[in-house]
Amino acid sequence: MATSADVVQTESQATWLKPWLTRETGMAWLFILPSLIGFIVFYAVPAVRGLFISFTDWDLLTESQFVGLDNYARLVSDTAFWQSLGVTLGYVVINIAIQTVLAILIAVLMDRLAKSIVVRGVLILPYLLSNVVVGLLWLWMLDPTLGIINAFLTYIGIGRQPFLGSPDQAIASIAWINIWRHMGYTALLVFAGLQTIPKDVYEAASIDGASEWRTFWGITLPLLRPVLVFVLVITVIGSFQVFDTIAVTTQGGPANATRVIVWYIAEFAFDRFDMGYATTISVALFLILAVVTFIQMRVMRAGESDL
Amino acid sequence: MKTKQSFVVLISLLAMLSLILVACGGGDAAPSNDSGDSAAASDSSGEAVELTYALWDSAQQPAYEACATEFQKDHPNISIKIEQSGWDDYWSTIQTGMVAGNAPDVFTDHLAKYPEFAEKGQIVDIQPLVEQDDVPTDIYIGELADLWTRDGKRYGLPKDWDTIAIFYNKAMLEKAGIDPAVMNDWTWNPKDGGTFEETIAQLSIDANGNNGLSPDFDKDNVVQYGFIHGGQGNGYGQTQWSWMAVPNGFKFQDELWGDKFHYDDPKLAETLEWYHGLMEKGYAPPYPDVKSLGGAALFQAEKGAMTSEGSWNIKNYVDNSNFEVGFGKLPIGPEGRKSMFNGLADSIYIGSEHQAEAWEWVKFLSSQTCQDIVGEYAVVFPAIQSGVDKALAAHEANGLDVSAFTEQALDPEGTFLFPVADNASEITTIMAQTEEQIYLGQTDDVAGTLKAANDEVNALFQ
Repeated sequence: MATSADVVQTESQATWLKPWLTRETGMAWLFILPSLIGFIVFYAVPAVRGLFISFTDWDLLTESQFVGLDNYARLVSDTAFWQSLGVTLGYVVINIAIQTVLAILIAVLMDRLAKSIVVRGVLILPYLLSNVVVGLLWLWMLDPTLGIINAFLTYIGIGRQPFLGSPDQAIASIAWINIWRHMGYTALLVFAGLQTIPKDVYEAASIDGASEWRTFWGITLPLLRPVLVFVLVITVIGSFQVFDTIAVTTQGGPANATRVIVWYIAEFAFDRFDMGYATTISVALFLILAVVTFIQMRVMRAGESDL
Repeated sequence: MKTKQSFVVLISLLAMLSLILVACGGGDAAPSNDSGDSAAASDSSGEAVELTYALWDSAQQPAYEACATEFQKDHPNISIKIEQSGWDDYWSTIQTGMVAGNAPDVFTDHLAKYPEFAEKGQIVDIQPLVEQDDVPTDIYIGELADLWTRDGKRYGLPKDWDTIAIFYNKAMLEKAGIDPAVMNDWTWNPKDGGTFEETIAQLSIDANGNNGLSPDFDKDNVVQYGFIHGGQGNGYGQTQWSWMAVPNGFKFQDELWGDKFHYDDPKLAETLEWYHGLMEKGYAPPYPDVKSLGGAALFQAEKGAMTSEGSWNIKNYVDNSNFEVGFGKLPIGPEGRKSMFNGLADSIYIGSEHQAEAWEWVKFLSSQTCQDIVGEYAVVFPAIQSGVDKALAAHEANGLDVSAFTEQALDPEGTFLFPVADNASEITTIMAQTEEQIYLGQTDDVAGTLKAANDEVNALFQ
């Protein structure tokens, strides 16, 4: 890494080096350097190492043994893995669908109506809380007997709901907790995208007498698409990796109803000390995410803009 | 444009892969010191040494701080740094510490955990040290010391013990006109629940004021449960169901360290069916209600009259309840009244750089001097009788009658031991899920579900 820094100072001789040595490229490397080191040390190296571990049988404390593709064979026939994948998908669908719709609504509101800094600030407030705090907060609020939400539901006559304690409602409850936390932040990203849409398009629309509704579907949404792809890719990846909320509230239960894939990984890694199999599932998750992301980019034509 | 985009995508994909993997990747195999023989107790030189001592129960920390102060009078060069963290964090901290080679020098160990640490060579076999220093191992109550030995090796010296009893809300019993003396000879069986279930029914009250014995009892509208269960029991049911299942003829395993479990025993199935039945009848909260915050939160919020709990929680319940808590005996089952008898011990981490000093501290923790101090704090019952007497005196001074726990422990037929076995963490994972399915009513065939789980458990030992 030191070389790139040296290079900037010693105006060079070799011609093949020329393109690398322009002032701009040198500066660029300098700027990238800190995150590049972090990327290599904390991401690239562990990722490659993780791949190796997935071919071994390793309990963390004793010597690991090479087992070839055994872990992968086990994965394919592991019904609990597929069940947890199903749980994760259910979570992602609920989480992303509602969160994205709410985020776009909030962003449009922020753009067209709520110009106050305070209102905008309040909207992203949940995102400033730590996941663990949010999890605990909702754990108490959603508690079947002691929670304030059930006190309210009883008051208006709907009756108590078990929420996190019930296999039928747990994953939706967790999805809701994370929607609540993330929608403001997602809205902010969409909001930034809205700023890039030229105002004259809207003016033209209003001269043509288009309604607010028509403007939204005809102008805002299509022109927002590249930003939406970015937001979706980021939130879908994050959504697939949901863990902390579950660790705080349900620990994968009740009866595996919230045993999402990252929880399943953690269960093998740190409860059962089966590091080889845990990393195998991680690799599978990586491949799934790669495919999902690829499809998203393709289907939504991420590289193009309609402007 | 296009290529740049794919580069960014590639980078972000790599980033998220490693995010997933990085948590799993860390650390090399722990240092391979092979045994504690190197720890010669005689070499405690005058050099200043700081030992780390870990425990999970914050209520016990003051007692052990007092022990550390006493210890330092004789060992001025050794200072003790106490690290406390809650049960779940505690074990992940110890385990990651072992992987990283910096686990605490001495830590409070549990019967469900130590076999794996021993098998993986992470805790010191102290038998040679015990022999070398002539440390008596027969001063402890019952078989506590034996729980920590295997094949002539010893992994800890007992520090305390616990039994289970019924915790009850005195005001609720009084209001229902129930004399706590019924607990002296109440009975339980898996068919009709005996007088135990009768009392529970009497203490269950619906919104119209009917109790569980009334034909008008509305089980969907209960305001006070007769019994608050502790949810699932991780396959041990220590506080939850072991005190019913074992007196009903269930045995976890044939002997300590047994490599065959009997979760498929119909005696267990009928016990858990009855346990689930309490929830169905409205005598106990539905499983989802205790899943989140636990039975203790419901009991302390005055949602129910009784619960089954361990002696280590006496202080917790008394301090956190705005009402008087009483302690009654377990019901008498088909084969008598029995409680699990469990004990903790202190283990020495094999990677400790100060094993000689660590041994001195463990020796002191298991001595009468320290256990008497612990007894005075009246949080747990120490493993030595004189410490128990101190604890009883302290409880009495606080106006608490805890004889339900001690009489149970002293009854020669009154206890059974914690099922010590290999593969405990996997057994726990399998059985916790199985129990949840049963309590959520997801299975009509409880016996079949338990049979399948038992096959999975026994396959671990193949």
